[in-house]
Amino acid sequence: MDLAWPLLRQLTGADRTARGPAAKSARTETLKARTATADRVVKSVCPYCAVGCGQNVYVRDEKVIQIEGDPDSPISLGRLCPKGAASLQLTTGPGRMHKALYRPPGGADWQEIDLATAMDMIADRIIATRRATWEQEKDGRRTSRTMGIASLGGATLDNEENYLIKKLLTALGVVQIENQARVCHSSTVVGLGTSFGRGGATTFMQDLQHADCIVIQGSNFAECHPVGFQWVMEAKARGAVVIHVDPRFTRTSALADLHVPIRAGSDVAFLGAIINHVLENELYFHEYVLNYTNAATILREDFRDAEDLDGLFSGFAEESRTYDTDSWQYEGMSTVAASGDRDEDFDRREGRTPPGRPEVQGSAGMPLDGVPERDETLRHPRCVLQVLRRHFARYTPEMVERVCGVPRHLFEQVCRHLTENSGPDKTSEFVYAVGWTQHSDGSQFIRTASILQLLLGNIGRPGGGIQALRGHASIQGSSDIPTLFNLLPGYIPMPHAHENERLRDFLLADAPHKGFWANMPAYLISLLKAWWGDSAQPDNDFRFGWLPRLTGSHSTYDTVLAQLEGTCKGYILLGENPAVGSANAKMQRLGMANLDWLVVRDFSLIESATWWKDGPEIETGELKTEDIRTEVFFLPAASHTEKNGSFTNTNRLLQWHHQAVEPQGDARSDLWFMYHLGRIIREKLAGSTDPMDAPVLDLTWDYPTEGETEEPSAEAVLAEINGWDERGRPLPGYHALKDDGSTACGCWIYCGVYADGVNQAARRKPASEQNWISAEWAWAWPANRRILYNRASAKPDGTPWSERKRLVWWDAEAQRWTGYDVPDFEADKSPGYRPPPGAQGVEALSGIDPFIMQADGKGWLFAPNGVVDGPLPTHYEPQDSPVANPLYGRQRSPVRKVYPHEHNRYQPSGDEPGSSVYPYVVTTYRLTEHFTAGGMSRFTPYLSELQPEMFCEVSPALAAERGLVHGDWATIITARNAIEARVLVTDRIPSLRLNGRVLHQIGLPFHFGPNGLVTGDAANELSSISLDPNSHIQEVKALSADIRPGRRPRGPALPELVRSYQRRAGIDARTGTEV
Amino acid sequence: MAFDLREQLDGRRVGFFTDTSICIGCKACEVACKEWNAVPDDGMEFTGMSYDNTAGLGADTWRHVAFVEQRRPLGHQEPGVGDMDFRWLMASDVCKHCTHAACLDVCPTGSLFRTEFGTVVVQEDVCNGCGYCVPACPFGVIGKRESSGTAAKCTMCYDRLGAGQEPACAKTCPTDSIQFGDLDELRERAERRLAQLHEAGTTSARLYGHDTGDGVGGTGAFFLLLDEPEVYGLPPDPVVTTRDLPAMWRHVGVAALGLLAGVAALTWKGRRR
Repeated sequence: MDLAWPLLRQLTGADRTARGPAAKSARTETLKARTATADRVVKSVCPYCAVGCGQNVYVRDEKVIQIEGDPDSPISLGRLCPKGAASLQLTTGPGRMHKALYRPPGGADWQEIDLATAMDMIADRIIATRRATWEQEKDGRRTSRTMGIASLGGATLDNEENYLIKKLLTALGVVQIENQARVCHSSTVVGLGTSFGRGGATTFMQDLQHADCIVIQGSNFAECHPVGFQWVMEAKARGAVVIHVDPRFTRTSALADLHVPIRAGSDVAFLGAIINHVLENELYFHEYVLNYTNAATILREDFRDAEDLDGLFSGFAEESRTYDTDSWQYEGMSTVAASGDRDEDFDRREGRTPPGRPEVQGSAGMPLDGVPERDETLRHPRCVLQVLRRHFARYTPEMVERVCGVPRHLFEQVCRHLTENSGPDKTSEFVYAVGWTQHSDGSQFIRTASILQLLLGNIGRPGGGIQALRGHASIQGSSDIPTLFNLLPGYIPMPHAHENERLRDFLLADAPHKGFWANMPAYLISLLKAWWGDSAQPDNDFRFGWLPRLTGSHSTYDTVLAQLEGTCKGYILLGENPAVGSANAKMQRLGMANLDWLVVRDFSLIESATWWKDGPEIETGELKTEDIRTEVFFLPAASHTEKNGSFTNTNRLLQWHHQAVEPQGDARSDLWFMYHLGRIIREKLAGSTDPMDAPVLDLTWDYPTEGETEEPSAEAVLAEINGWDERGRPLPGYHALKDDGSTACGCWIYCGVYADGVNQAARRKPASEQNWISAEWAWAWPANRRILYNRASAKPDGTPWSERKRLVWWDAEAQRWTGYDVPDFEADKSPGYRPPPGAQGVEALSGIDPFIMQADGKGWLFAPNGVVDGPLPTHYEPQDSPVANPLYGRQRSPVRKVYPHEHNRYQPSGDEPGSSVYPYVVTTYRLTEHFTAGGMSRFTPYLSELQPEMFCEVSPALAAERGLVHGDWATIITARNAIEARVLVTDRIPSLRLNGRVLHQIGLPFHFGPNGLVTGDAANELSSISLDPNSHIQEVKALSADIRPGRRPRGPALPELVRSYQRRAGIDARTGTEV
Repeated sequence: MAFDLREQLDGRRVGFFTDTSICIGCKACEVACKEWNAVPDDGMEFTGMSYDNTAGLGADTWRHVAFVEQRRPLGHQEPGVGDMDFRWLMASDVCKHCTHAACLDVCPTGSLFRTEFGTVVVQEDVCNGCGYCVPACPFGVIGKRESSGTAAKCTMCYDRLGAGQEPACAKTCPTDSIQFGDLDELRERAERRLAQLHEAGTTSARLYGHDTGDGVGGTGAFFLLLDEPEVYGLPPDPVVTTRDLPAMWRHVGVAALGLLAGVAALTWKGRRR
């Protein structure tokens, strides 16, 4: 009997001491887990990093009451990191804004504004700016564009949203469309794309468990991708060796077997020395290298290596700071076809570097014609392997000590572990992130690792590969469906301005004739059909002429310069916070202060929304609120739980997240924003006969809407991305695309995601019911393959290299490729197939060509094309470095991009006079507890309390040298700006001994800014705009600075401090801009 | 005053095994705990204690990750930090759900009780905020929440257990450093893991709260540590603060009996007089 009174229960029951059931209160008796009483559980995906953890969203009474990990997910197994675990607070907490706001020109504060009015005003601004700045021609070449409008953002958004952004803005003639992918991993696309054919990670997270050795370098895996790191722990539990190469001893190092401290920015020297070790000791995987790479290919006689020219390759033009790549070609092959040359000509005439052509590599090999000459003995002095051997000969262990500060015994351990764990029976995997990408030669960091992994035979095999860890939920998706200026969906290049260029010329020039890219006409024409429908016909070039044209680099950093110059007048920020997150944060704000109008869509009032009222320049007096004429619109964004859509994770996996609840107040999805913006603009332009309006008016823009807010159907957008045939039937895959206009497809590499009319990205067969590949969990591009180039997991004859490393093999009986993964190869092309002479397209690839996107089917040890700063990686010092380059006479990359500007001064380096004014190396990084520029963590109490202040990490030796006190303040100064931070003195950032000196490094998290629950100065105040010429990525992982105790000055004294340092160092406009 | 927990629970006691050797210090446990239990934030204070800004367990922090930077080696790891040995220890602390729980013993209202899972839980609706439990805890786990005036600590997600779900911290832990389950099974697992680590050369590994013969009768949440407990801020030899209570009551009883006897004798004497 259950008696009501506890005392009675105590006296009559077994619990005589009343410390058990007798003490239960009525409330306790009725307590129920809210997960058990929810009305429904909605399947979702974590909105933070790109690991793509599954989430279950619990809804009761149309409110989200709990979010936790989805145990069915093969990636995350139900786990979430602190950020993922804070998703409930992120989406339902006090940090969210729900009201649209408006700031008139010169206004001192926000005003509330009706959402519909705001939308109407924004549409008017876009139309007016577009009219006022329309550029039909530039220098006699048709451009059909506006340089007056730019957008930034997309990596945190859904693929469908990115698609509508790109589609609408391109139709409006906007070319300055960019997102965080530029800032984070654009050099990945170049590095991996050039080497292997596709610009994405070659493997997937769960496969880490099969690695015998894992080298984590340029990544703080455990801190930045904690749930993905469980697969490293799984590998370790199975006996793998885990190595962490990093300037700091981080939470990743704490769990590694070996931590190798390295000077920030010296990774090419380190990896180059491993390559040298592998070549000199004949430790490469001979059969793999001979058959699957271009090692045997013979280069032209006139090629000169950095070895011959003291850090330069042949073809360098000092004046334009560019390379002519003719001499880098294979012997007997023609160089890049006509249009490519025309582009180069154009750009040289403009005095600009080529506009990011290498990003074509996202999923493509470069055009190649002819059959390369080979030496199967690998002994020819001009064969790639021998060229490689000579190139890396000076990358010795001694050099590693001098350049990287890595002691010889540590370096040798890495060599030993890596080579012992590579071969037919073993595989090693490299893992990196933005520690490699964000350098003025970032693409070459990734190239170096690619070369090494090819030599060791680790690509395309289980437990092998190169894992690129991306940091935004759909930053891979915003590269694939690019909100990037230089690409069209699926890595088709954006066309450049040429006289009378027709579709045919473009395709002839840019589509390779061999490999899968030979089908580019079908991919591009299907895209044009998706965008312009019936209006796109063969006789009008499928409206190819309606695409606006590029005339150089229009990257987000070029846009900032254009804003300062006054040519870019309107700016749309979509879930991105450049006032904190982009290099030279001050320039970002000054650019915005020069705009006519700015639209910010975010969860909270981030720094990029409020700089006009409380930004650092208001404090220093450099800007006055009343003088700033920029109109600012703030529109609250819907969260991932409030909309349908797909994220593409870091391993190319498209995962659908379902809407759980309706967004509150004025919060709307970006799908809603773009769709209705387009609708309003089209209504306003209706009836216009102006030719510039035709692309907008003829755009296919009739998505079904649903609900009170008239939310467009994300699934309808996904269906368009997938594409359909002439009868409107969903396409099964990209092989079905046609170049005759009978198919439409918004992004060819995503073709198949809506096969059979089924949303394949929403598939959620539990991990426990599948093998480790989990092919029926969501959908990966291309064609649901999880390990790319997996033909290489079998010997040339098609049998597995070893039983242990079996993945995909040739079934001779069935005459088909088969295995655990979907073969990344034509299913019925036998290993013995050799192309007939003159074969074109896919037919030209033999049965032993695993890199099917490459024109020669091989992994590229040497890159004859696609990397503008050299066919082989070469160590150059960062733009600002206290170290003189010990390897070559060239201090910095001769083709890096520099932007001299009053607010973007560079520093003397190495032995240059004044270099000692900025004697320390600075590196920037993430913390587990925060997210990027802070918009999704500094407004969230549970995350904010875990890392509540900006800090700097310094070694005890540096603290002693500069009088820094643990827990007190320090000021860090560069030629751009100065910031303050709390001091953490720690052994975790060891001082290095290199070249007879002690070098100190300073670590700075980059999450902080002046707004939110926890605040601090932004590390990006210190960084400069200096870019990798391939990808336009900025160098923020290695700079130099001074540090001193105490807080920074306030008011005008702050810029004065920065100037006093500049004077001491003798800095002028030319400093650091030398070739 | 000890009682046979096992008998009461019919062998269903559950617990946490926190294996700190695989903790990556991500603090997901802290956040997941707060999200599930609606624990308020604990202040935005920068402590300078490595990456630990939560500082310790209390009313508003039911899971706490300690960060310990040490100039000493971790078995089989080459830390590469200068010429010295170095290791960075991380450990997620939590209420121990003691076999002999002093907080429970001293609670005068019946707010604290032993659940059917063997865990110790505060019932907020019963707690009168007397605060006796706060100093009674030998681990300093429990605290009094300012806003509500009631005691608060880890419940091992009592409501989730009732629904057959594991506690929020264990569910979210990315590396399975926090493991939840049947306590006997966890103890076996912990012993195997300890042996494995010893074999691999991590000789400093040890279990904490594992010994049912210790001062609290073993804990329902126990740990694999890589150093002395003090290093992590844990008491080396915790003793249930009510240990001497039975003896004290016995003495009180004896004294009271003596007193009564004396009074009786005196009264009897008086009557006689």
